[in-house]
Amino acid sequence: MDIARGHVLVCGGTGCTSSGSENIIKEMEEQLRKNGLEKEIKVVKTGCFGLCALGPIMIVYPEGAFYSRVQVEDVKEIVEEHLLKGRIVKRLLYDETIHEGSDEIKSLNEVDFYKKQMRVALRNCGVINPEVIDEYIAFDGYKALGKVLTEMTPEEVIQTIKDSGLRGRGGGGFPTGMKWDFTAKAQGEQKYVACNADEGDPGAFMDRSILEGDPHSIIEAMAIAGYAVGADQGYIYIRAEYPIAVKRLQIAIDQAKEYGLLGENIFETGFNFNLELRLGAGAFVCGEETALLTSIEGKRGEPRPRPPFPAVKGLWGKPTLLNNVETYANVCQIILNGADWFASIGTEKSKGTKVFALGGKINNTGLVEIPMGTTLREIVEDIGGGIPNGKKFKAAQTGGPSGGCIPASLMDTPIDYDSLISIGSMMGSGGLIVMDEDNCMVDIAKFFLEFTVDESCGKCTPCRIGTKRLYEILDKITKGKGTMEDLDRLEELCESIKAGSLCGLGQTAPNPVLSTLRYFRDEYVAHVRDKVCPAGVCKALSKYEIDPEKCRGCSLCSKECPVGAISGEIKKPFVIDQDKCIKCGACMAKCPFKAIKK
Amino acid sequence: MKSLAELEAIRNKAREKVMVRKDNDGIRVVVGMATCGIAAGARPVMNAFVEEAAKRGLENVSVTQTGCIGMCRLEPIVEVFTPDQEKVTYIKMTPEKAKRVVAEHIVNGNPVSEYTIGSEQ
Repeated sequence: MDIARGHVLVCGGTGCTSSGSENIIKEMEEQLRKNGLEKEIKVVKTGCFGLCALGPIMIVYPEGAFYSRVQVEDVKEIVEEHLLKGRIVKRLLYDETIHEGSDEIKSLNEVDFYKKQMRVALRNCGVINPEVIDEYIAFDGYKALGKVLTEMTPEEVIQTIKDSGLRGRGGGGFPTGMKWDFTAKAQGEQKYVACNADEGDPGAFMDRSILEGDPHSIIEAMAIAGYAVGADQGYIYIRAEYPIAVKRLQIAIDQAKEYGLLGENIFETGFNFNLELRLGAGAFVCGEETALLTSIEGKRGEPRPRPPFPAVKGLWGKPTLLNNVETYANVCQIILNGADWFASIGTEKSKGTKVFALGGKINNTGLVEIPMGTTLREIVEDIGGGIPNGKKFKAAQTGGPSGGCIPASLMDTPIDYDSLISIGSMMGSGGLIVMDEDNCMVDIAKFFLEFTVDESCGKCTPCRIGTKRLYEILDKITKGKGTMEDLDRLEELCESIKAGSLCGLGQTAPNPVLSTLRYFRDEYVAHVRDKVCPAGVCKALSKYEIDPEKCRGCSLCSKECPVGAISGEIKKPFVIDQDKCIKCGACMAKCPFKAIKK
Repeated sequence: MKSLAELEAIRNKAREKVMVRKDNDGIRVVVGMATCGIAAGARPVMNAFVEEAAKRGLENVSVTQTGCIGMCRLEPIVEVFTPDQEKVTYIKMTPEKAKRVVAEHIVNGNPVSEYTIGSEQ
């Protein structure tokens, strides 16, 4: 029998793979064989479902049972109970999917995490097996390419993308249709199409999940772009740190070639298009467009001044169209459903949806796709399930090292390109890190600066030296040695770096400092004037003390202390020697009487 | 790839195999698959439903299984739930009967009364 009565979908994204989904798939296949079900039940390894916090995730169809945190030991029970006898294993179901007081399972679209989402770029992630081209075709794959090649002129394709209002999802938000138009109109016989998959922001993994879960959607969109701008060769620049995505992309490219969806004379229309992968070695600056193109050429990845823009002079001096992964992921849907459909989603100037990687102090860590205009509050509270341990929301950081922090008072701002810029942050590629009251904002700014100092390519002075100096001032402040003049100096330096840097990396590097200074100046002042870190993060400013009232003199803390800073007599209050204390907090964790205060 | 028709053919063939993977609010066919049901031959019956539904491209039909409903002597038992209608319970099913139920009941909306539980008395 060819058609399976049940499908077991197991997430094979990076998140779930690292929590052991490969072993679960093996065990599942083994157990199915033991029970003679291997022909009736099909095991499918898919891309990311988005709810990474609860991985490994498994969905069993046709019931649509959503199992979370599945362990290898649970597989036998799922096979024997659910697949053999049809009794759903309730203890493994994701709590949210069960109707209270009934046996019925909710549809995934009713679950809070998915209810407010709208999956366009992620539509196939967690639905298809990314390593089988037929499954992509089953969900209307390559239909858009067929339509474009047989029914539309390149001008019509570009007009459709323009009308849709799609803007670059890599962070800048430049209108995609205009970029296509510039490249199409540029002079030159040879043109190229490139895809920026060099996702480097800390905490961002949207592009990785799309490439892992639905690689064909990018291949198809790049072929469409090739037809629109008149290119016959494409390059996907992807970081080597994404091994699963690289492997699946290569499989997808090979399969597309085998089917004649890449190569010569596609759909017998005379259109040729080839695609190759280029692996990046992990330099953050190579996510900047001119540095990326230089790196594809095989040279050291350094940016160059613009203009000329890549649309005019890109790879090997030829006109080149460069878009981000998520931008391409929207293209086929726009072609199939029409520009009007896409333009009906989102806000006035930001159309469609945006994928965010939710991380930090939030319950549902994972990947979400929301229509533009959704508020930060909806993302954090409704989709993200709020802050763990009853803590209070303090800020959300968007845009990674190029973005800024959004304070609690601005949580109701609708998220789109322009509103984020107006409040001092930016869309960025879509990392969204949530912070609670335990996070120190100065420390956060320092963290991002440390990253940019490391990743600055060194070509231009404002970025190479400026970010280093910024970092040093921040470090001084967190050590309690800052002065009020330092705060003014920070601001001045930020403005100079922004104005003087060559590429986007340097121009945006001061944003984390500027936005925290803008919304959390009081925290900076506390560090400088009062020599206190309100969140208790900055070690140099914190002090551990033993409350003599509560201390019973058990000596546990002095045994735990790695530097011998605690002394005292048994059954009498102990004392911490502040000169020796390294503020590791080990004593506080050990004390059974909660006598140690920070 | 030579033509859109060729792509469409691959799509249709592949679609049969992935139909099961979506939320369904249409007709539900539930097969009793406890020990009693399996012993009486529920598995081929279930497979027949799956295959027939796929062959006819019935995208709004889902075939699932359930445990023992207590009438082991009448197994294999199959229940068909149509939205806003009373469920129909078929007893002592076989793959051949299953095909007829798909054709007459699920496609055309006429329950096969001679196979239902009411025909037993």
